[in-house]
Amino acid sequence: MTLTRRQILLLLPAAAAAWDFVLAGTPEDAPNYKMTDHWWGMLLDIAKCIGCGSCVRACSMENEVPDGYFRTWVERYHVDDWHIENPTVDSPDGGKEGFPANGKTGGKNFFVPKLCNHCTDSPCTQVCPVGATFHTADGVVLIDYNYCLGCRYCIQACPYGCRFFHPTRHTAEKCTLCYHRISKGLTTACCEACPTGARQLADLKNPNDPIHAFLKTHTVQVLKPHLATGAKMFYNGLDGSVR
Amino acid sequence: MEGFMYPNEVELQWSVLIVLYPFLTGLVAGAFILASLERVFRVEAVKPTYRLALLTALAFLIVAPLPLQLHLGHPERSLEMYLTPHRASAMAMFGFVYLWYLMAVLLLEIWLDYRRDIVLLAQSSTGLKRVMYRALTLGSANISAGALRVDDRAGWIITLIGIPSAFMLHGYVGFIFGSVKANPWWSTPLMPVVFLFSAMVSGIALVLLMYMVTSAIRRRAIDMNCLDTIAKYLFYTFVIDFSLEMLDLIHRIYEADESFRSLDFMVHSRLFLSQIVLQIFVGTLTPLTLLALTQLVQFAEQVRKRIYAAAAILTMIGIFAMRWNVVIGGQLFSKSFLGYTTYKMGFVTKEGMLPAIVLLILPFAILYLLIKILPPWQEETAAMIEADGID
Repeated sequence: MTLTRRQILLLLPAAAAAWDFVLAGTPEDAPNYKMTDHWWGMLLDIAKCIGCGSCVRACSMENEVPDGYFRTWVERYHVDDWHIENPTVDSPDGGKEGFPANGKTGGKNFFVPKLCNHCTDSPCTQVCPVGATFHTADGVVLIDYNYCLGCRYCIQACPYGCRFFHPTRHTAEKCTLCYHRISKGLTTACCEACPTGARQLADLKNPNDPIHAFLKTHTVQVLKPHLATGAKMFYNGLDGSVR
Repeated sequence: MEGFMYPNEVELQWSVLIVLYPFLTGLVAGAFILASLERVFRVEAVKPTYRLALLTALAFLIVAPLPLQLHLGHPERSLEMYLTPHRASAMAMFGFVYLWYLMAVLLLEIWLDYRRDIVLLAQSSTGLKRVMYRALTLGSANISAGALRVDDRAGWIITLIGIPSAFMLHGYVGFIFGSVKANPWWSTPLMPVVFLFSAMVSGIALVLLMYMVTSAIRRRAIDMNCLDTIAKYLFYTFVIDFSLEMLDLIHRIYEADESFRSLDFMVHSRLFLSQIVLQIFVGTLTPLTLLALTQLVQFAEQVRKRIYAAAAILTMIGIFAMRWNVVIGGQLFSKSFLGYTTYKMGFVTKEGMLPAIVLLILPFAILYLLIKILPPWQEETAAMIEADGID
């Protein structure tokens, strides 16, 4: 088959449009990153969290989280003696500016940082009618904002309250585990900003990751284990009162 | 807000429009199941409502997806649910159940049942009307006795398929809620069954009302045998529905799991009016008592009519309240079980009260049109054909 000059000229605009499409779908340059080599999670150490809110602020700036919504937040717990079923909990503005004194003395007081659990069997991806929210091969739950209908079924399905409806984008929204950073060998914004190391990004597939030694020697729990979501946010020293 | 909510939970996600949706589909399923009684189970008494029930089902089914569409953040992407459905999603699969029910059951059944009338109307009418009826015949003008027998047989088979389809249509709406394990107010295997029976209750009540209203407008006497039979079915299905809901309630109270205290408080505070007063007392116990009375005592015809009408109206209010309590109630408490939020409904907003009212009136407008085009009453069709004169 031979192509005339006229035919080639006619094909050029189509080829240009196609090339644009190829470029748009190309991830940013991360030559050494192979998705299947990783399985991301996080270690959160309750005893180390001081409730400063640096993680919330860092996340908010890094990911342009709209005011009043949270990809990550910190809760303050107060448990009075043996009443672990009735903790007093607050999280003013998601703990973004830290916590004012609440006058609670006695009992137990501690902070719990929260974020998307990037569950292996996530209820949110199960219910999405179009598959706009999905699992990546490296264990992160992401949302395709160009595909999400904004039906909000996933927000209802998340047991942890991690998702919200983006007020201007009109799609579901949540923590991406700073995928744009971790796929380039960086840690997440919240882990980076944490002054005490209460949050540590963990690669569960990497045998040299310190998480493995930590898990072997500590009492670690995930949130709401009875829901069997395969949560990958591991909490060290999690109190039974935490919901 | 009261107590502790996860910070992202303060905003309610599913509004009054999502309350409307199960309410509307429930009416569809209920009306169809009543219609199928005549067709499949040969309950001759309800025959006067057969076509009316089918048209009612269609009018409401056409409107049912509109509140969803209005609710979506990106309504322009809604077709993706059909083009690239996520097979694990209850919501995606429901789209196909809806489409199946609309195309393969309801439209086909109505067409087969009306085909003879449509052909006659196409022959007798003129101008644009003729074009419309011609189009509605879909090119099938054979109304010989043999052809009509085939229609009848096909219609019977479709109704037979239609009954489980109608069950599936509304049972599935219940499953969309009942399968959310994150939400203890929704998550129960009873949800689809409760939704199904409440759908039948509301659909039967609606057809009963529509039959009374259309008879009054047409100045025709109501066939009391028909009305009594419908009321009897309403009573029986309501008893089953109420028993199922009580079973759910008693189970929750007795089991008293981790969510119980939180939900119990919600029912006694934020849902007191809509659940205890409207749903249980006004919308269930009162109509049930009224209907039970008509089964036990021989009332005069006029009294029976009034009791049936009152019971049907209260039933509709009760079922609407039930949908409200499921959808809105399920979002008023925190998944931490430590706090509560409130639902503030706007009026002239995208998901406010005004669009909800419009969407509740719209099916009646569509039904009016459908009745004009396809009169459910033989004598009216005959009169139309007579007036046009067959050429």
